[in-house]
Amino acid sequence: MSEKDMSENESTRTAGSAATSGTDESVALSIRDLNLTIDDHHILKDVSLDVPSGKVMGLAGESGSGKTMTGMTVLGLQPEGAEVTGEIDYHGENLLALNDRQMASYRGHHIAMVFQDPTASLHPMIRIGVQLTDHMRHHLGLSKQEARERAIELLKLVQVPDPEGTLKRYPHQFSGGQLQRIAIAVAIACKPDLIIADEPTTALDVTVQAGILQLLRHLCDTTGLTIILITHDLGVMSALADEIAVMRGGQIVERGSRYDVIRNPQHPYTKALIDSLPKQMMERRDQAAQAGQTAQAESGETEQPSEPQEGGQHD
Amino acid sequence: MSATTTAPGTAATGKSAPESSHQSFFGAHPFVRYAGIRFIVSIFLAIGVTLVTFILTNLVPTDPVTAVLGESAAADPAIVANMRRQMGLDKPLPVQYLMYLQRLLHGDMGTSAQTHNPVAQDLSQALPATMELALITLVISVIIGVGLGLYAALHNRRFSDQLIRLLSLLGISVPSFWLAMLCFYFFFYKLGLFPGTGRLDPTFTAPPHVTGMYITDALLAGDPALAANAVSHAVLPALVMILWTVGFLLRFCRSSVLEVLSQDYVTAARAKGLPSGRITFAYVLRGALLPILTMIGMLFGGLMSGSVLVESVFSWHGLGQYAFQAAKSLDLQAIMGVGLTVGVIYITVNFVVDLLYGLIDPRVRVQ
Amino acid sequence: MSDTNEVTASVPALKPRKKRFELPPQWKTAYGIIGVVVVAFWLIVAIIGPLLPLADPLAQTAERLAAPSSAHWFGTDELGRDVFSRVLYGARISIPVAIALVVLSMLLGGLLGMLAGYFGRVLDETIMRLADIVLAFPPIILAMVITAALGPGIGNAVIAMLVVNWPQYARIMRSMVVGVRGSEYVISDRLLGFSAWQTLRVDVLPNVVSSILVLATLDFGNAILLLSGLSFLGLGAVPPTPEWGFMVSEGVQNFSAWWIATFPGLCISSVVIAFNFIGDTLRDALDPHMRKHVQSEAM
Repeated sequence: MSEKDMSENESTRTAGSAATSGTDESVALSIRDLNLTIDDHHILKDVSLDVPSGKVMGLAGESGSGKTMTGMTVLGLQPEGAEVTGEIDYHGENLLALNDRQMASYRGHHIAMVFQDPTASLHPMIRIGVQLTDHMRHHLGLSKQEARERAIELLKLVQVPDPEGTLKRYPHQFSGGQLQRIAIAVAIACKPDLIIADEPTTALDVTVQAGILQLLRHLCDTTGLTIILITHDLGVMSALADEIAVMRGGQIVERGSRYDVIRNPQHPYTKALIDSLPKQMMERRDQAAQAGQTAQAESGETEQPSEPQEGGQHD
Repeated sequence: MSATTTAPGTAATGKSAPESSHQSFFGAHPFVRYAGIRFIVSIFLAIGVTLVTFILTNLVPTDPVTAVLGESAAADPAIVANMRRQMGLDKPLPVQYLMYLQRLLHGDMGTSAQTHNPVAQDLSQALPATMELALITLVISVIIGVGLGLYAALHNRRFSDQLIRLLSLLGISVPSFWLAMLCFYFFFYKLGLFPGTGRLDPTFTAPPHVTGMYITDALLAGDPALAANAVSHAVLPALVMILWTVGFLLRFCRSSVLEVLSQDYVTAARAKGLPSGRITFAYVLRGALLPILTMIGMLFGGLMSGSVLVESVFSWHGLGQYAFQAAKSLDLQAIMGVGLTVGVIYITVNFVVDLLYGLIDPRVRVQ
Repeated sequence: MSDTNEVTASVPALKPRKKRFELPPQWKTAYGIIGVVVVAFWLIVAIIGPLLPLADPLAQTAERLAAPSSAHWFGTDELGRDVFSRVLYGARISIPVAIALVVLSMLLGGLLGMLAGYFGRVLDETIMRLADIVLAFPPIILAMVITAALGPGIGNAVIAMLVVNWPQYARIMRSMVVGVRGSEYVISDRLLGFSAWQTLRVDVLPNVVSSILVLATLDFGNAILLLSGLSFLGLGAVPPTPEWGFMVSEGVQNFSAWWIATFPGLCISSVVIAFNFIGDTLRDALDPHMRKHVQSEAM
């Protein structure tokens, strides 16, 4: 993260909706005045958000604040019967104007998703190998063999032990942490430039959460991937996000760099959120936030993630 | 496996991980072991079924000796005592049960008091007739029920929801024998569209016995006219049974598919941008297959019992009609033979469903 | 800003693209209302039947096989009995028998299931394997076999149906008791020194009652169908009892006189449909899975 970006973010930070104007190169996704209504319930209200390219954009808020709905709407997966207005600009294309078939060519290909609970988001009766390759074959037109080779590479990249054996197994044969790694492999399979990660660590054991976060950070830093991280957990947020937008009641109430939002919240809601964290935890977060900040200032890349407690756990 | 590796929500599935990944080290392949356990359970159930028929046979106040000998001979105590010894009736009940089992293993289900044929022989004629009807019904019901159920779930509309709800409730509420009566009255008596009773017109003779199912046998014998006649006779009874089952299956299938559609893995498949056809058939249908399969298994059992009532209206000489005649004349050996046969078929169908379960869902095998 | 501690504990429950629509409430109640009205009608008929100005259902006085007319609204059967009167009197057989059967199965099955679920081990195995064996038979076949063994008659039919019917109650009761048994409030009962019976009565029973009631309502229809099926086969009610299933079977022998079978069949259908409407509505109302709603989850 360069100093210039930092100052830019600083300047655009307001209490209300915040968006830089125009579609410049560094913006991966630009949401403008997104409104979503289901049966007269106004779920998203004028959400505007620029997601900087190659960064982790955190979307924080309590459940029902609309953060998940925002993520799903980007993928065109909002509930049936939902009325959506506004604009979602992805490299000059308004995603909201696309029909479902056109949208499907973006989904999984250019924009992918990681879900909360990998035991639920992977089909329990289909082998990992199939679930990891079917969209590659569809989007990239790979042959069975090519897709298989790429799948093995991907599993190595997300550090799942025994990639060949993994392809033949079913989801129930893995732990939650390993499954989330596989789910991330599924998400990055077609080399998307944007991933929406919806509470990617919430369903996982605390001890494996760090590994998943490090993996996401690593992917973001090494491949230029942009991540929209949706979470209610400010701890996760402060460990991973470069920028944070806080949502409440379907609106974005605060937006800014991680450090500023957590250290110096402007909106009363954000303050309350941060104050509700236990004191000790908060101090730890602060330190982590600061450490992260300095580490990044020193070098653009974090080191290769390694999790001794998770490696080789299932065999 | 350390406790830290399992996420809270996945404790149950996490536990099975080491078991399955070490499958090559501990004994047989999990599916073989699973199938073996299911088989043993089925055998025990089958033994339970024979126990029930045996106990019921012994509950009956009528003296089997009198039934065999007739009133006049039964008046002579010496003949009766001799007969009792011959039939093993002087032995204690557990021994009698073992003798009963032994006879069953030799395919001996006793002699029908009504037809004076061995029950096994009667059943070998009646069972294929019922099977023919049950299979026709099952195939058509499943095609319509699963197909429309899937369609209705994917194109969820309030109208179709109401229609399906009503259809299924009517289907399970209207007595099948009455529905059979109505169809008989309209389509045969009033309109004359289809033959009313029997499996063939009197002018036709049954095809050579291969499967016992006339339509198949006629086709095997290369006699299309005979097959057509057999089909025309099957139309009305099959129609009644289809009307009776299809609404229920349709509704069940629809709700199963809707349940699956709300699963994360379907959303995940959509998020992967897969074509909708692939999502429907590879992801949705596979997820809904287990409950639908269970329902089809139950349906088959339901058809076997439903046929009792429908067959007696259409004089379809199947298991139901045979049981009905036997029950009317209190022909005990024949009734128990039917009970035993149907019970064993029921168990077999459930066993097959269990096996398919194991094949479709990898999680079932390790449980 | 008072409920901010919710933030740390909450998980978004929204399921996107949820396609299940809630039934419009007016439809739901329409089914329920139709069901209740029809059942109430038949209950009243069953109770005050003898007070109504009807022909004697057993009197063989009229012309035989007469078509419906102003004198005999539903015609007469082959013995010259008034079908309308017999049909209404039929309610006095089917409905009480169904009620008796459902109550008895609920008590017997519920008790056995509760014992199996609460005490587990040998008792559990014995009871549930017994249930498995019974369920290995199609209901009507087993009921047929038993009534054939005991001899025809309504009393024997009830016994047969009871034997066939208890396992479903036992199964649902057992699974719910097992589910409740591990819950924290039951464990705390044990810590408080409650006896097994106290726990069952105070904490387990109220939790399973609604499910059992839904099952029972749906089972009323099945009971009436099963009884009429047995009677149709000549194994339930014995002549000259005006039982609906038996009356349909009389119609089969005289199928040109359509009225003999049509009206009792309509009666069976109407009662069973009514009970199933009520049961279906109740199930929707009580099953929390059916109440999930997109809006309530999103907001």
